[in-house]
Amino acid sequence: MAKIFIYPATSLILSDLVARYGHTPLSSAIAVRERIQTAGIESVPLQITPEEPKKGLRWAAVEVPSGVRGRMALYGPMIEACDAAIVINDADLAFGCMGCARTNELIKYLIREKNVPRLDLNYPKNEEEGVRFVAAIKRFLAEMGGGE
Amino acid sequence: MTTPVRIAQISCGPEYSGVQQEINEAARAVNGEIFFPDIALKDIMRDFGEFGLDVRSPDLKLAIARAKALVDGRVDADAVFVATCFRCAEAAIVRNELRRYIHTHSRLPVVSYSFTERTTAGTLLTRMEALTTIARRRALLAREAQEGLTMGVDSGSSTTKAIVMKDNKIVGTGWQPTTEVLKSAEQVIGHALDEAGVRRDEIEATGTTGYGRFLVGKHIRADLVQEELTTNSKGAVYLADRQHGPATVIDIGGMDNKAISVQDGIPGTFTMGGICAGASGRFLEMTAKRLGVDITELGPLAMRGFSAHVPMNSYCIVFGTQSLVNALAAGSSREDVAAAACHSVAEQVFEQQLQEVDIKEPVIMVGGTSLIDGLVYAMGELLQTKIMVPKYSQYIGAVGSALLASGFIKDG
Repeated sequence: MAKIFIYPATSLILSDLVARYGHTPLSSAIAVRERIQTAGIESVPLQITPEEPKKGLRWAAVEVPSGVRGRMALYGPMIEACDAAIVINDADLAFGCMGCARTNELIKYLIREKNVPRLDLNYPKNEEEGVRFVAAIKRFLAEMGGGE
Repeated sequence: MTTPVRIAQISCGPEYSGVQQEINEAARAVNGEIFFPDIALKDIMRDFGEFGLDVRSPDLKLAIARAKALVDGRVDADAVFVATCFRCAEAAIVRNELRRYIHTHSRLPVVSYSFTERTTAGTLLTRMEALTTIARRRALLAREAQEGLTMGVDSGSSTTKAIVMKDNKIVGTGWQPTTEVLKSAEQVIGHALDEAGVRRDEIEATGTTGYGRFLVGKHIRADLVQEELTTNSKGAVYLADRQHGPATVIDIGGMDNKAISVQDGIPGTFTMGGICAGASGRFLEMTAKRLGVDITELGPLAMRGFSAHVPMNSYCIVFGTQSLVNALAAGSSREDVAAAACHSVAEQVFEQQLQEVDIKEPVIMVGGTSLIDGLVYAMGELLQTKIMVPKYSQYIGAVGSALLASGFIKDG
């Protein structure tokens, strides 16, 4: 089974779909869970400390805002670890939302650069597009060796 | 314990920069409580659309919607803290516009700040203290006249000042460079009391401000320990006799600068800081030293020179000093170099800080650097306005403290 990075990484629907097909979704939930389960850190709300923006220097230079580098400390390792990616563009906020546009641009570029199997979709605007949207994701997940 | 001041946080990025804890801690230190205005998902896009600033980052869209909810009164708060990442252009535009929007459309005190991962609670403390003071102590800040016999002490990074006031008049002053904080404070207090001709036990109330305010406040058992944004605003409008209507207070200090937008004597928005000492009074001290003049002679020297004759950029104090040395080595006159140094400091403050407050006349310059007339002239040229420098402007924090302290005189 494959490790699949999802974008938006906060999308629970997408994460659930990937998991249903037996793959491992690489998402915000995993990265944040790792941190909040680490004993000894006290940095609410995400347990991200000032060390994370420094770790983020691996993906973005020092002149890049700390918020971008801190986010990259979460998402960078997942992009490096992924076997495939599903990218949903212009998603509705309720579907999944990643707060910083600059980080989002960098994430999408790094996924593209990694050259792994990638499904790029626009968020559906009506029911008909919605059906095609889900079918495309199912097909991609099945092609990656997964099954319901 | 009084009820905490509820500070609404409107931000993008602090939780991912690892500094949310620092923001919370700074607020808690001044009995403030940070909260995030709660709004429904459906309201975000509506409010964002109505505001009309078409940014791409969803967290900034949320920030805009939260600001609208506060202004519309759908969420209750006592004060607002707007924070975004340093070096993010998109966020800087939003931060500035939201600060202006909240200031214009509500009575909520607001402060904006751009953070890095190195931002600490200590850095934020003075700003949070000013924010909670404005929210909590409006009655105290409304004081327009000094009563009784009071004393104010300003323990600043460069100099320590003391003022004794009696029945709305300054009757004693003390001033000297800060060396040992308590020793310097004791010396200026002694001088101010001698000049006023009063004994310490006759003083009815005291106030302290400046970097050493907590230490000195504890030592002299001050009735009021208050950050300098508040005391300087009060002192400035009091001395300039502009207690009603708008005013802008600029204090270019030894270590940092303050720009405060004041309405009826109460600070509304303010900025504090500076990228480097190149934009502070420290650079002018270095310039005076290099030119071989006392700091008090730098202003008159600068007034005889032309800043345009010398290229100087004091964005960084090291490179600024290099420009200064190069100019002198190339044969520039001391007058022109002094004028260029004043212009450069004024320009840094203008570019880095005055863009973040709404400049409204009168503009009042205070603090020790306001006595450097070359600097005041340069600032006036940049702002295209005549700058007011009230008498005793170098004692501004101490005057504000003595004025506000009279609110603590016990009856009978």
